[in-house]
Amino acid sequence: MRVSLFITCYNDTLFPETGKAVVRVLERLGHTVEFPAGQTCCGQMHWNTGYQAEALPLVARFVEQFKGAEAVVVPSSSCVAMIRDHYPKMAASLKDEKLIAEVEALVPRVFEFSEFLTKRLELEDVGAYYPHRVTYHASCHGLRNLGLGDGPQRLLKAVRGIDLVEIEGLEQCCGFGGTFAVKNAEVSSAMLAEKTTAVLNTGAEACTACDNSCLMHIQGGLHRQRTGVKTVHLAEILAGEEGAR
Amino acid sequence: MSGAVLDPTTSPAFPMAAKAAMGDTQLRKNVRHATEVIQAKRARVVDEMPDWQQLREAGKQIRQHTMENLDFYLEEFERNCTRSGGVVHWARDAAEARQIVTALVKASGSDEVIKIKSMTTEEIHLNDALEAAGIRAYETDLAELIIQLGRDQPSHIVVPALHKNRQQIREIFQREMNLPELGEKPEDLADAARRFLREKFLRVKTGVSGANFLIAETGGVCIVESEGNGRMCLTLPETLITIAGIDKVLPRYQDLEVVLQLLPRSATGERMNPYNSIWTGVRAGDGPQTFHVVLMDNARTEILADEEGRQTLNCIRCGACQNACPVYRQTGGHAYGSVYAGPIGAILTPQLQEMHHAQSLPYASSLCGACYEVCPVKINIPEVLIHLRNKVVKQNGLNAESLAMKTMGMIFRSEARFRAAQRLGRMAEAPLVRKDGQGEGWIGWLPGILGGWTQVRDLQAMPKETFREWWESRGKNGN
Repeated sequence: MRVSLFITCYNDTLFPETGKAVVRVLERLGHTVEFPAGQTCCGQMHWNTGYQAEALPLVARFVEQFKGAEAVVVPSSSCVAMIRDHYPKMAASLKDEKLIAEVEALVPRVFEFSEFLTKRLELEDVGAYYPHRVTYHASCHGLRNLGLGDGPQRLLKAVRGIDLVEIEGLEQCCGFGGTFAVKNAEVSSAMLAEKTTAVLNTGAEACTACDNSCLMHIQGGLHRQRTGVKTVHLAEILAGEEGAR
Repeated sequence: MSGAVLDPTTSPAFPMAAKAAMGDTQLRKNVRHATEVIQAKRARVVDEMPDWQQLREAGKQIRQHTMENLDFYLEEFERNCTRSGGVVHWARDAAEARQIVTALVKASGSDEVIKIKSMTTEEIHLNDALEAAGIRAYETDLAELIIQLGRDQPSHIVVPALHKNRQQIREIFQREMNLPELGEKPEDLADAARRFLREKFLRVKTGVSGANFLIAETGGVCIVESEGNGRMCLTLPETLITIAGIDKVLPRYQDLEVVLQLLPRSATGERMNPYNSIWTGVRAGDGPQTFHVVLMDNARTEILADEEGRQTLNCIRCGACQNACPVYRQTGGHAYGSVYAGPIGAILTPQLQEMHHAQSLPYASSLCGACYEVCPVKINIPEVLIHLRNKVVKQNGLNAESLAMKTMGMIFRSEARFRAAQRLGRMAEAPLVRKDGQGEGWIGWLPGILGGWTQVRDLQAMPKETFREWWESRGKNGN
């Protein structure tokens, strides 16, 4: 399949390893990956913080970049939630009939990475090897907006060598919430403390998720506490191969 | 917090109030314990309903239909209530509602009232107005009684004293009821409250109640509760004055079938409320002989006029969103500066009090969606929060944040500008980056508002190469 990668602005800038891992997994599965160079940001930060005027033009930009795609894969559950939940309404509010039709046609072809593997390709075993003790954090947008269910865990369970341990309070928000972490730093910190404690209680070497925004937050807390526990995007685990590292 | 009136017009912004609340470890322990117990009970009784999702949808449809035809159903309620001997009053705002109720109590010839289900009266600070008019109000809901005797404020719409534990309640009762020998078992406390209240029930001739639902078809009023104290207030006094927001109306008697399943399971994890009272007008020799209903707007028609905010009025006040909210669980209810706390408070309060009074509440959420997931009438609270944030942004105009956001917006509209910004970011962060023991670059301090991040979190330095740079070099090298 011809797969278009929407890397998202923060993965592009801060977490390129996640993007490389997505490419590795998809190519290993025999797909062709394309990267439309004009892509930037889905507009989630602006939209969720109340800057609708700034977010609106990004819808047309996204459509322009991806409209011919067979499938768009995104290694970020919150960005996919933004596209799926808000783009149709945003296009409608712009009263642009052509855009409305294009969004309607494109949105069903946009997949979060794990969702693409489990629901579109109907895979669980992607031939990965990752000999580490790992716990999985269910990001809110993946859990509630996208309904990923246990898809990510099924992918992880099929990884060879992995020791998957369940975290307490799996469905609890980590407290990131974009600008929430800054605007309500105290509450966000308290929520993070619960999450990092839960991660540490598992005894895992690494915490994984389908969204680097949650992981950046959790990793920030784990690093500040000098715990030595890492965070790693699900794609990077699935990209692991025997003998590769 | 005790004694402070929860008034959104004077309360500190949420982050400040939250910080204060979070310093109270006992309160946080109590809130956490209570919300966990209620959530577990709720999950259990919801799971046993195979048609829960259909019920939620039915609840949503009923409430949505009501709001779309609110004028019609309110008039129908007024007609039917009047026909059966009730007197309907209309209050445009809190001041008018206070004035009407105070005048009605005075006309009843009593300088005391017993009260039940009074969150709406908390919304308009009725007790203060009654006191100013020389009228003594006695709360009879057990939790409200605890709040009143403790000179405290409610912190939850269903369990107003959720932030107090048993020991604290015992201390309040001992002090205020003058009971030095009071035991500490739940039944001891219940018994003390029962004795304290019984005397009021039998003596006070005027009752003031809220309402869970108004039924347009019959002109009836419905209250559900767990203790039976409400039923005493509804049946023993000579005069009963009910005050309800205009959003409380349901079209048909039959609609109770849906909401009376949704409400108790969502609220306290009960299959059914122990006491379900529905009364219609007056009847000679049975119950109150004078019955008034005050239908209060207090900004609800403005909410109704806002297409995106409208669903807020669908709320049936179960409080499930509060129990599920990770923010509420950390702060408790007082931080929201309003009788309506938690996610529903974060959307209802700013709309009730006009946006300029509650700027911070729409941001008091990580948008995790747990509130939407449990809402029995499917109010998309995150969606309304975002809508209100947009209103705040528009209202605020230009400031440091909006300038930064506008700049970012401009950057994202051009690939060239985005690339330039990525390069610039790497340069700008360089002075802040420190190497850790593993030789990785981390930022432990950020300036200004971003400092909120580095209070408890480090930030990994930007990688040497962006993904798109790697992708391009990969294309060139063919690897």
